[in-house]
Amino acid sequence: MAKKKFVVGCFDDEAVLFPAVKKVRTSGYKIHDVYTPFAVHGLDHALGLRETSLHTAGFIYGITGTTTALSCISWIFTLDWPLNIGGKPHFALPAWVPIIFELTVLFAAVGMVLTFCYLCQLAPFVKKHHFHPRATDDLFVMVIECTDKTNVEDLKAFLSSNGAVETDVQVAEEGWWLGRYDKDEMMFENKEIVAA
Amino acid sequence: MASIKTQFEIPGKMKTWSYALIGVGLVALIAGLVIKGFSADEHEQTQFWGTLMYNTIFWTLVCNASMFFICVTTMAMGGWQQSFRRIPEAISTMVPIFGAITFAVLIYVVLGHKHHIYHWLDSEAVANDPILKGKAGFLNPVFFIIWTTLTIGLWSLLGWRMRQLSSEADEAPMDAEKGASFIWRNTIRAALFVVWFALTVGSTVPWLWMMSIDAHWYSTMYSWYTFASSFVSGMSLVALWVIYLKNKGYLELTSQEHLHDIGKFMFAFSIFWTYLWFSQYMLIWYANIPEETVYFKHRVQGPYKGIFFLNLIINFLCPLLILMKRSAKRNYTLITFMAVLIIFGHWIDFYQMVMGSLSKEHVTLGWFDFGILSLFVGMMILGVGKALTKKPLVPKYHPFLKESVIHQV
Repeated sequence: MAKKKFVVGCFDDEAVLFPAVKKVRTSGYKIHDVYTPFAVHGLDHALGLRETSLHTAGFIYGITGTTTALSCISWIFTLDWPLNIGGKPHFALPAWVPIIFELTVLFAAVGMVLTFCYLCQLAPFVKKHHFHPRATDDLFVMVIECTDKTNVEDLKAFLSSNGAVETDVQVAEEGWWLGRYDKDEMMFENKEIVAA
Repeated sequence: MASIKTQFEIPGKMKTWSYALIGVGLVALIAGLVIKGFSADEHEQTQFWGTLMYNTIFWTLVCNASMFFICVTTMAMGGWQQSFRRIPEAISTMVPIFGAITFAVLIYVVLGHKHHIYHWLDSEAVANDPILKGKAGFLNPVFFIIWTTLTIGLWSLLGWRMRQLSSEADEAPMDAEKGASFIWRNTIRAALFVVWFALTVGSTVPWLWMMSIDAHWYSTMYSWYTFASSFVSGMSLVALWVIYLKNKGYLELTSQEHLHDIGKFMFAFSIFWTYLWFSQYMLIWYANIPEETVYFKHRVQGPYKGIFFLNLIINFLCPLLILMKRSAKRNYTLITFMAVLIIFGHWIDFYQMVMGSLSKEHVTLGWFDFGILSLFVGMMILGVGKALTKKPLVPKYHPFLKESVIHQV
């Protein structure tokens, strides 16, 4: 568990959030993440995140499904256990297309869901620190990672001047952990914790 | 908004090219009429009329698909298409013209008793054929003529009413109440068109015009297949015009974002077409009943084998693999290439649908087919170009225009 110090700024409006994100980035601060109650259009661009590769992964899962189905069925019906079904050729491609298609979709869908969960670090029993409970309700929560040189008070004032309705400093686990929330000191309490 | 060029002027080059294409087409038409149309040989005559049939039907349906696009997006309360909606509108002005030509060709085929094309015209054969007798209520000259007249007439009329309403968006700014009433009237007119479209392109008309060439054979999927073919070509045509006008410096409000969505239509409906292609093929392949396989026999195993599978490669594999990537759908060059390929592919598809049944022994694709194609492409370019000059390119007071301007994919 690597704990880090974060400055958290909460915004109650998208229109305020966007210019604030831009200003914080141009001022050289490193944004850890922005937690929003809903998917905000264009926020990924504002944060400078790269395009996701999820669709490339999906394509690869898809063709894996295609080849799995095709090689499996063709091996079974032509080599392993050839059967005469209605006088059709053993290599009866049209009859296989629905199965090939289904397996393509199945592989792509399941693979993409699992990849998505992995990328977002979502899994049963995986816990992550919540910077603000209202991020799931009505607040846009911007989390900035601090370095040794960050002046916390300056940064908080900077965020407030850019429209943050609430700011605080948190020392928290940045990644995920397995188990329970009981070790997370910050859980659902917005008290200030001074870095040890 | 004042600085945006909204008045299209036909460039000289476009005029020259369209006249040249029409010229080539007319020469081919006259030569075809002399060599094939007036020939004593029934096969030559059949080829002449068959070629005219699939070209007229194809281009009418493709242009009509533009109006269908406007109507469905209107009914879905779509906003993104507003910045370029005058292009599908202009394309759909070709429906009355191409429709009239189609009408003339079809009526001549029926009244001229071309029973080599429509076997059901031969009353003696029908009388001795229980299958044709059973279909006689649908496949008879009177119903054919009435339904064809209604079809083309109502496509033209309902499309015209839709375009007429669109002009209101050029006149004066609309307040909320006026805008809501405008959208409501648009929705009603679009709904009328879509209902008629479903009764014609979505069901009866491809059966009547093209499937009845194989009078004994039937496939309920045929009409959807034809619709998918014409709609994906129609979207490709819209894409080509959008890109052309962008290149000429018009349509500043239309961007890659809109192109991306048009590309999605091209991609998705190519897949949809394949789905229908496959469903139609597999059921018949699986059941293997002679009266059903008769349609595929000479296409899959006979002289049309090459065209039949080329069709699948051009219209399925190429769009699937090339248009899949996001960046491909946002690339003007690639979309242009794919649009031309798709239109050509579906033209070939219509070719094998009609000529594959009329000339089972030989593939007759040759100068005459490409000549007539050139005639229609020329007329389409000239007609759409002229229609584009008649209205501003941007419906500037349309209530949904802003949605289109800020559209993001």
